Amino acid sequence: MSTATTHDDHHHGAPSGIMRWITTTNHKDIGTLYLWFAFINLLIGGAMAMVIRAELFQPGMQVVDPNFFNMMTTMHGLIMIFGAVMPGFVGLANWQIPMMIGAPDMALPRMNNWSFWILPFAAIMLIAPMFTGGAFLDGQGPAFGWTMYAPLSLQYDKLSFFIFAVHMLGFSSIMGAINIIATILNMRAPGMTLMKMPLFVWTWFITAFLLIAVMPVLAGAVTMLLTDKYFGTSFFAAAGGGDPVMFQHVFWFFGHPEVYIMILPAFGVVSQIIPTFARKPLFGYSSMVYATASIAFLSFIVWAHHMFTVGMPVAGELYFMYATVMIAVPTAVKVFNWMATMWRGSMTFETPMLWAIAFVFLFSLGGFTGLMMGIAPADMQYHDTYFIVAHFHYVLVTGAVFSIIAAVYYWLPKWTGHMVNETHGKIHFWWSTISVNVLFFPQHFIGLAGMPRRIPDYSVQFADWNMVSSIGGFAFGLAQVYFLFVLIKTIKGGEKATDQVWEGAEGLEWTIPSPAPYHTFETAPTVK
Amino acid sequence: MFAKTLRRALSSVWGAVLLLSASTAIAGFGDTLNLREGVTATSKTVYGLHMLIFWICVVACAAVFAVLIYSLFAHRKSKGAVPATFHESTTVEVIWTTIPFLVLVGMAVPATKALLALEDTRDADMSILVTGYQWKWKYDYIDGAAEGISFFSNLDAKSNEMRQLGSGANPADHEHYLLDVDNRVVVPINKKIRFLITANDVIHSWWLPDLGWKQDAIPGFVNDGWTELTEPGVYRGKCAELCGKDHGFMPIVLEAMTEDDYNQWIADQKAGAAAAAASATQTWTLDDLVARGESVYNTNCVACHQANGQGIPGVFPAITGSAIATGDIGGHIDIVMNGKAGTAMQAFAGQLNDVDMAAVVTYQRNALGNSVGDMVQPSEIAALR
Repeated sequence: MSTATTHDDHHHGAPSGIMRWITTTNHKDIGTLYLWFAFINLLIGGAMAMVIRAELFQPGMQVVDPNFFNMMTTMHGLIMIFGAVMPGFVGLANWQIPMMIGAPDMALPRMNNWSFWILPFAAIMLIAPMFTGGAFLDGQGPAFGWTMYAPLSLQYDKLSFFIFAVHMLGFSSIMGAINIIATILNMRAPGMTLMKMPLFVWTWFITAFLLIAVMPVLAGAVTMLLTDKYFGTSFFAAAGGGDPVMFQHVFWFFGHPEVYIMILPAFGVVSQIIPTFARKPLFGYSSMVYATASIAFLSFIVWAHHMFTVGMPVAGELYFMYATVMIAVPTAVKVFNWMATMWRGSMTFETPMLWAIAFVFLFSLGGFTGLMMGIAPADMQYHDTYFIVAHFHYVLVTGAVFSIIAAVYYWLPKWTGHMVNETHGKIHFWWSTISVNVLFFPQHFIGLAGMPRRIPDYSVQFADWNMVSSIGGFAFGLAQVYFLFVLIKTIKGGEKATDQVWEGAEGLEWTIPSPAPYHTFETAPTVK
Repeated sequence: MFAKTLRRALSSVWGAVLLLSASTAIAGFGDTLNLREGVTATSKTVYGLHMLIFWICVVACAAVFAVLIYSLFAHRKSKGAVPATFHESTTVEVIWTTIPFLVLVGMAVPATKALLALEDTRDADMSILVTGYQWKWKYDYIDGAAEGISFFSNLDAKSNEMRQLGSGANPADHEHYLLDVDNRVVVPINKKIRFLITANDVIHSWWLPDLGWKQDAIPGFVNDGWTELTEPGVYRGKCAELCGKDHGFMPIVLEAMTEDDYNQWIADQKAGAAAAAASATQTWTLDDLVARGESVYNTNCVACHQANGQGIPGVFPAITGSAIATGDIGGHIDIVMNGKAGTAMQAFAGQLNDVDMAAVVTYQRNALGNSVGDMVQPSEIAALR
């Protein structure tokens, strides 16, 4: 009994120093770790994007050799997806889901610790081959694109290192997803029925099922690469009876749901922020839930629209075209619902709201170009051009990344107890929003005009818009360094936040003090 | 590497300042805004479809944005807006689910027609086999008057020189920088031409924007596409699928000719092939082989092994002083002819004729810092095949 008492004495004081962070099972600590990890990766992946834009600043080869360039595009994609966006959303989930459903912590706190701590090692393994040559950064990392298409990826002689890193990232994601599902199903406060859950919780709930379904598919794909490379199998080699296109089918069976893994939680974030600042409940809550579920379902049956040029049978192309454009319906419903939420609201435009509104506008643009490339015959032209690059950066940067930034501005006062300086937040917003459009909008033009993606050098007719795009890129990159300044300043101090923080905010997380105590809802609240 | 990168970056910024002032002279911003209409019925259909969906999207986008923007200005707290309390309407939800659905059905109809026409490669007048290699294209004429003509199409030498890192060349000095090749694929006008598209090593994608489509070239599988050109002309495009280091440097140039010009071209090609076959039976001197080998090397080998033969450490091995290029000549010939499995080293037996094969092996042994002194005759290569 005495040990139990001693244990109890320590219960409320977290270990201090580095051990606090290594051993923590607290959802808030782990959320913080995830978010900083995501931010560091945003800066690393962003630095790689700067190298890409520097090389593409003008025609001719000036900065890096083609192999190094390919390594930058590959690593930029992998780091931004697996290192920045996904961990960013998991960080938000860790902080917010327990506070939003009135749970004391995640359902599986020790596994939560493990899910995070796998990540830095996976990231190091992913990046390490870039440094394995004799010289610093001499271009021996993966250079076959984040899509790792066979047989190109099979030519890479450090493939096993890469595949191990992908497996570790997959373990982390799957464990994180199991934890989120277990938490949502088991830890809701009394009265918090499923259809009363905040939409951020709903979108993450559905996202977690997507993760569990598709991360093993990615694991299967890379394992087949591994055995093709080192154990003499021929899954993707025609000479041995395999098929290179099968890799693409398997990859995109993972890859398309993966796209929604990165955007559904963004829908959730925006669905929290807009009602708060419109001071009006979310319009069409249940249709939002059904639309999210519909998108998740459709995401499994549209994968080959990434492959319209691989030579599928016409019947297959027609099917994937029809199924793909159907996604526009639930997506449009979502946009209409946000629109109707703002309609006749009483809006104010604090920093989080600005980011959320920019999300609605710019994500819609990305959605429209997505619809265009769903039309198979037109995609015969669009495919593998900068038009695609523009499209997926509109949905991923001004979509997913903007929503994460919006979420950070929205919940930061709850996390730190300090309000963000509105002037700083607005400078960051306008700087980012203007520069991101200078960066990506011209890429629509050069893509349509015929510039393929993933090329380090281009013919001179694309020179002007590439230069504009690069200037936008450098400005956007710098804006995120400014974001770091805003974050640190807010963490260190600032106007004291109230419990409710925002005038129109509703939900359990706004009933607890700011900053949120280390342990919250140890006694479950009752939801009416 | 990093300091060098930084220096290059700085110098490129300075270069850019200069270029910016001259950039309007290179190309107008306005020339590169939209999809090219192209020159074939297919490309025009695709363009029409593109514009149709584009305008549908513009109208839909404008409608949504107009409502949003009105709301952003009219329904703000600072103007004293009092929030309404409505938050649900099944009628509205049904309406705005149905309308997009009907619009999509309207788009799918012309899209289906266009796709069926684009994929219909039946009843072609002639066929050309297109094979993607790292990093060049091969064209084989497999039927009709041109049957038997076969050649590789590489990035032109001038672009290749200019595109090397730190060459300092101004791309504007080349009229078709990165869009020119040594051997164009030639087709007659007013004939339905079927392209059979495959690859030798990794996946490539054969794309001429003016024809209105691209098709992936996949090793072990044959895809097809078709075109019918009505005007003589030169059409340019690029590989569209990442295929390794020099993905950006394997352009596609197609020339459409009148029937008469096309027949003349066939005659010239066949005469050239006969001359090449004759030269393969001669006995060559070391100097002649080395001289010829240099150009073969520069076309086929430099991308990986580099102009100085040093390769790229850790990625592509050096030729200079290598055990293979300075060892037994039989082993050297074997690796060039048959490649090395699991690496980017291709089997060149199918790509180089006897003379070029003998020349490049001899060149590698007696240049690039090597001086083994031995040589191989084209006839000996022929015996190995």
